Amino acid sequence: MTQPQTLFEKIWNAHIVAEEPDSPAVLYIDLHLVHEVTSPQAFTGLRQRGLKVRRPEKTVATMDHSTPTHDPSLPILDALAAKQIAQMETNARDFGIRLYGMNSAHRGIVHVIGPELGFTQPGMTIVCGDSHTSTHGAFGALAFGIGTSEVEMVLATQCLLQRKPKTYDVRVEGQLRKGVSSKDIILALIARIGVGGGTGHVIEYRGPAIRALSMEQRMTICNMSIEGGARAGMIAPDDITIEYVSGREYAPKGKAWEEAVSRWKRLPTDDGAAFDQSITIDADDLVPMITYGTNPGMGMRVTDSVPDPDRVSDPSQKLALSKALNYMGLQPGQPLLGHPVDVVFIGSCTNSRISDLRLAASLLKDRKVAPGLRVMVVPGSQEVKRQAEAEGLDKIFRQAGAEWREAGCSMCIAMNGDQIQPGQYAVSTSNRNFEGRQGPGGRTFLASPLTAAAAAITGKVTDARTLI
Amino acid sequence: MASFTTLTSRLVPLPVNDVDTDQIIPARFLKATDKNGMGDNLFADWRYNADGSPKPGFVLNDPKYNGAQILLAGDNFGCGSSREHAPWALTGYGFRAVISTSFADIFRNNALKNGLLPITVDAQTHRDLFDLAEESPQAEVGVDLASQTVALPGGKTVTFPIDGFSKTCLLKGTDELGYLLSFEKQIVEYELNH
Repeated sequence: MTQPQTLFEKIWNAHIVAEEPDSPAVLYIDLHLVHEVTSPQAFTGLRQRGLKVRRPEKTVATMDHSTPTHDPSLPILDALAAKQIAQMETNARDFGIRLYGMNSAHRGIVHVIGPELGFTQPGMTIVCGDSHTSTHGAFGALAFGIGTSEVEMVLATQCLLQRKPKTYDVRVEGQLRKGVSSKDIILALIARIGVGGGTGHVIEYRGPAIRALSMEQRMTICNMSIEGGARAGMIAPDDITIEYVSGREYAPKGKAWEEAVSRWKRLPTDDGAAFDQSITIDADDLVPMITYGTNPGMGMRVTDSVPDPDRVSDPSQKLALSKALNYMGLQPGQPLLGHPVDVVFIGSCTNSRISDLRLAASLLKDRKVAPGLRVMVVPGSQEVKRQAEAEGLDKIFRQAGAEWREAGCSMCIAMNGDQIQPGQYAVSTSNRNFEGRQGPGGRTFLASPLTAAAAAITGKVTDARTLI
Repeated sequence: MASFTTLTSRLVPLPVNDVDTDQIIPARFLKATDKNGMGDNLFADWRYNADGSPKPGFVLNDPKYNGAQILLAGDNFGCGSSREHAPWALTGYGFRAVISTSFADIFRNNALKNGLLPITVDAQTHRDLFDLAEESPQAEVGVDLASQTVALPGGKTVTFPIDGFSKTCLLKGTDELGYLLSFEKQIVEYELNH
């Protein structure tokens, strides 16, 4: 009998092209997603070496980071952004790559459109010059972010040099309570293991609370694996996965579909397979989470008080916490509930899918945004936008007093002009609360779409369960 | 890629844990379509006021550390995004090595592809180096990649880990794409069988 294998090991082993002694493996890549920010220098490299894109049909490009979310008929005012977008168009045309460009009905955040169009499938290796590529692991794919030099390598060879990572078993037992979402699971996990806790590992999320999640909720969890230091997060495919992929534009059809499904059913981790590390979380114990600091590991229950650096023994951690609280303008021991907020951002590759917008809209329906508050709702793709509009969610947001924008990364990374002002506080459904992430001097509280919508209504950090 | 063999340099101490790539180079500078000029924006929000004047308290603005080529940083350096602009900014500024107790995975990969050596040391050596950099800013340490050592003033030498492949690439200045292209035959075979 063969050794029991994990989901990760099965995919890894199936993609090894070559493995020289004392060298990283040559790993074949099934799907390469490309966006405008991390690819220009890679295409320049190809031109300098006179190389082509080896498999253009396995390469999919879009524009999401630099793109404005205002009225699409208006010109792009930022000359550098306009140049970068034009460069992506030129590169896609010159190298024969499929591009979901500015005028495409399918444009959107790369990690939203990949799954939406059916490019993302179980068992694949997927890379992109973007750390949140971990999102696609929700389908039982091995998906991770790479740098621009590696983007060039994949364009040229469809392969990457990779050292085999370790495996991390994250079991989530029990059942989520009302008002608690997959965002709260991942924020709770990162608060426990820290932002470096998963370094060198690929996480597999397992257990009944994970199996009960929809594909969109699973994507939220895998998306933030990188915030715990893990390059990839994975969830074994099951009927929910197969149901999601079925019928999508680039999903296999007919006999190929039947064959694919039978392959995918062999992917889940075998009984008795060993992981290098493990942790268990009980979903029954979870409540809505929020971050108080300047990295995603600085998170707590929304009902908790900000921790006190004087109670931290490790000197460098004490310093880090003091520095974070100073940046955030928070006092040790103060509760966050009731803390005033200036901006609410609902969007990003973490939480901009239709189910996220439905959740936010369920709270905002027949209610108003608090006076003076700016609320931005940014759908993850033009397809999500159309769907939301078909369901009337845009009207709910607009009538409440929120802005309803075009698809893109927007205020998550604040490259496109959507940003918070110095000193302002934002409750954001995005993935990073680093200093200045949402605009220089801006202060971010990361939370779920429900918690963000609750803050939109009250203008303060709020326990969404009190409004449901 | 520039090769890395030995380096003798002073240290720039940045005693901050979990330095993320948004601090190393803020996202608004990622609209560039080439790799050059990133060094001016290294640590931009810690280094400059909103009007562009230097912030006096930040270590890169302290004249006694001018010209040092080794950054000594807190634990888990380079977490966050996959932007290779982070090592481009560090090398563009003039850094050739970063010392920490640990590095985020993608940052480490990106650094190695740009001739920037990530040096992992144990917690005690890390503390000793910070003491050295703060008490004797003129003191130099010697990095020797072939022997994987850092020599401190006073004779102490510590070793650091690096995988053999990355070490060879750095020593020779080999670029990984060239190596990968040599697998053409195996890649074709793989594609035929899948």
